[in-house]
Amino acid sequence: MAELTMIEAINEAMRQEMERNSRVIVLGEDVGENGGVFRATDGLLEQFGSGRVFDTPLAESGIIGTSIGLAINGMRPIAEIQFLGFVYQAMDQLAAQAARIRFRSGGRFSCPIVVRSPYGGGVRTPELHSDALEALFTHSPGLKVVMPSNPYDAKGLLISAIRDDDPVLFFEPMKLYRAFRMEVPEEPYTIPLGQARIVKEGDDVTILTWGATVPLVAKLADEMRMRGVDAEVIDLRCLQPLDIDTIIASVEKTGRVMIVHEAVKTSGFGAEVAALISERALFSLSAPIVRIAGYDTPYPVPSVEDDWLPNPARIVEGIETLMRY
Amino acid sequence: MFDPKELPVEMVQILDENGNGDEAKIAAFSDEWLLDAYRAMRRARVVDERLLRMQRQGRIGTYAPFSGQEAAQIGSVLALQKDDWIFPSYREVAVCLTHGMPLEQFFHYVRGRLSGKRMPEELNIFPTQIIIAAQTLHAVGCAWATKLKGESHVSVAYFGDGATSEGDFHEAMNFAAVYNVPVIFFCQNNQYAISVPYAKQTASRTIAQKALAYGMKGVLVDGNDVLAVYETMKQAVEAARRGEGPMLIEALTYRLGPHTTADDPTKYRHPEEVETWRRKDPLHRLRVLLERRGLWTDAKEEEFVAKVNEEVTAAYEAAVASESGSIADVFDYVYSEAPKLLAEQKEEVIRRKQAKEVK
Repeated sequence: MAELTMIEAINEAMRQEMERNSRVIVLGEDVGENGGVFRATDGLLEQFGSGRVFDTPLAESGIIGTSIGLAINGMRPIAEIQFLGFVYQAMDQLAAQAARIRFRSGGRFSCPIVVRSPYGGGVRTPELHSDALEALFTHSPGLKVVMPSNPYDAKGLLISAIRDDDPVLFFEPMKLYRAFRMEVPEEPYTIPLGQARIVKEGDDVTILTWGATVPLVAKLADEMRMRGVDAEVIDLRCLQPLDIDTIIASVEKTGRVMIVHEAVKTSGFGAEVAALISERALFSLSAPIVRIAGYDTPYPVPSVEDDWLPNPARIVEGIETLMRY
Repeated sequence: MFDPKELPVEMVQILDENGNGDEAKIAAFSDEWLLDAYRAMRRARVVDERLLRMQRQGRIGTYAPFSGQEAAQIGSVLALQKDDWIFPSYREVAVCLTHGMPLEQFFHYVRGRLSGKRMPEELNIFPTQIIIAAQTLHAVGCAWATKLKGESHVSVAYFGDGATSEGDFHEAMNFAAVYNVPVIFFCQNNQYAISVPYAKQTASRTIAQKALAYGMKGVLVDGNDVLAVYETMKQAVEAARRGEGPMLIEALTYRLGPHTTADDPTKYRHPEEVETWRRKDPLHRLRVLLERRGLWTDAKEEEFVAKVNEEVTAAYEAAVASESGSIADVFDYVYSEAPKLLAEQKEEVIRRKQAKEVK
């Protein structure tokens, strides 16, 4: 089995789906000759040609809006938004158009598009390159939201997303693109959308997280074991659909919950998860739910971003707070 | 230097407001075609007037009338084949009806029924677009897919003058020209975006000339002349089918009624202006031509209008009689399959339904 980085796994998923289905096409800014600014689409233009891989004009709404038209007429577009912070330009086409095609047409049309976009902090970017904006889309019925945290999941989830009949937003933590390698099967495989993954089992506290923060949380959970705290770490992987059963089963076991995400705290997806837990497992809780998230400011500048993001000090303090109950 | 003042402004016209015009070109239209076009336009006018009245009577919801724009809508759609794609905004009722949308279907829509959302399978009409200009991009994408699949139908984006101020219009025109896809941008310039007149919308003398900046052909046509609209559209459609790419058509017309049933146009339009445009009524000039050819009479008009009125009444009654659907159905077409948390909400309303708390 090959050891791949996440960016290689993403590239392999697209390549294999394009080989499998001639209706799968790739479009976006710099995805052709340049192979994407992170090389996610590297080699696809060479292999599949200019009738399958398109360097588009620089227009995010245009990329998503034309993808919708392509999809309703039988194509399977994989669109790239170069950085998730640029997605505001395409908000109408995503939240008011792609999300509603099936509903608006009473099921006559569907909109099977995948929108890939890198996000996440810690890589010293200019403004609006790092923002985690998943909650904008979990609040838009009709969209699916997938956020992988490792190469194996990225490949299986992306293949599922490409084969899915609904619009899927696939947000890739850019800090993890080349952070580590992992064994990834060469053959295509799928991971169902809506299944969380238990990264590490434990009995003392449930830590729910997704995407960029998963490796950090897993590492800290391992370290906390030395200090006598056995945390269960769950990588949600997919926010819509949400694997509520796995969440509730863990909460009922541990009675303590911490939610970690990079997106700003207020109205972040952690708030939704906390509300669901309080609706469904309040009496299993022995402590108030703790959220460790980005502060409620615009994403800051590189010199202070490490202190803004969920970091070891904040996460460990959160676990200690929970364990005092 | 490009000086917009030096651009020629020519408007394609075959039939003038008095029913005269280019005799050679008029002669090319068969009696049968002229009668079909007139019947479609008269039918649309009757439907529009009935819908407006029905809204006032509370029988249908908010409605955006199109009276005055029949030649633009019907002339353009008559140049299409049945499997061509249409991407309408909310005012394209005559387009959709002429392309085959059953009138009963439209009553489901304006009566706010879930069943009003779904077009019959055989019709390539995209759902009515509310967000201005958003559909222009969908039309481009659809046409792009047609090209990639090696098929031959065209896609038509319908929109108004206001839409040309939106970013999506710009992006759609640009993508269409870059990828040279078989799409027609059909702009009905009815000169008002709700209350905002053309001069406040753009400093461009015509909308048609905007095509130039994208490397695309643009044409201005008298939108109240169904012959000119048809001829222009036919040329654009044939060029697109031949692989010659997109075209922008500006059909200059006028909305004789309000923006929607929720608005009072006397607040922003002078009665004299409306009167000027009533004299340019697209139905009037075609009727004059038909009468000159001995194809139409007052008696025929009366008989035809009565028949359409019966059709409207029958379609309305059929829609009311076949109404079904409840809150429980809203969950069905959000995703291909309802996720667990959504399915739970559906179960809640089914429980309420069983308890007769909801219909």
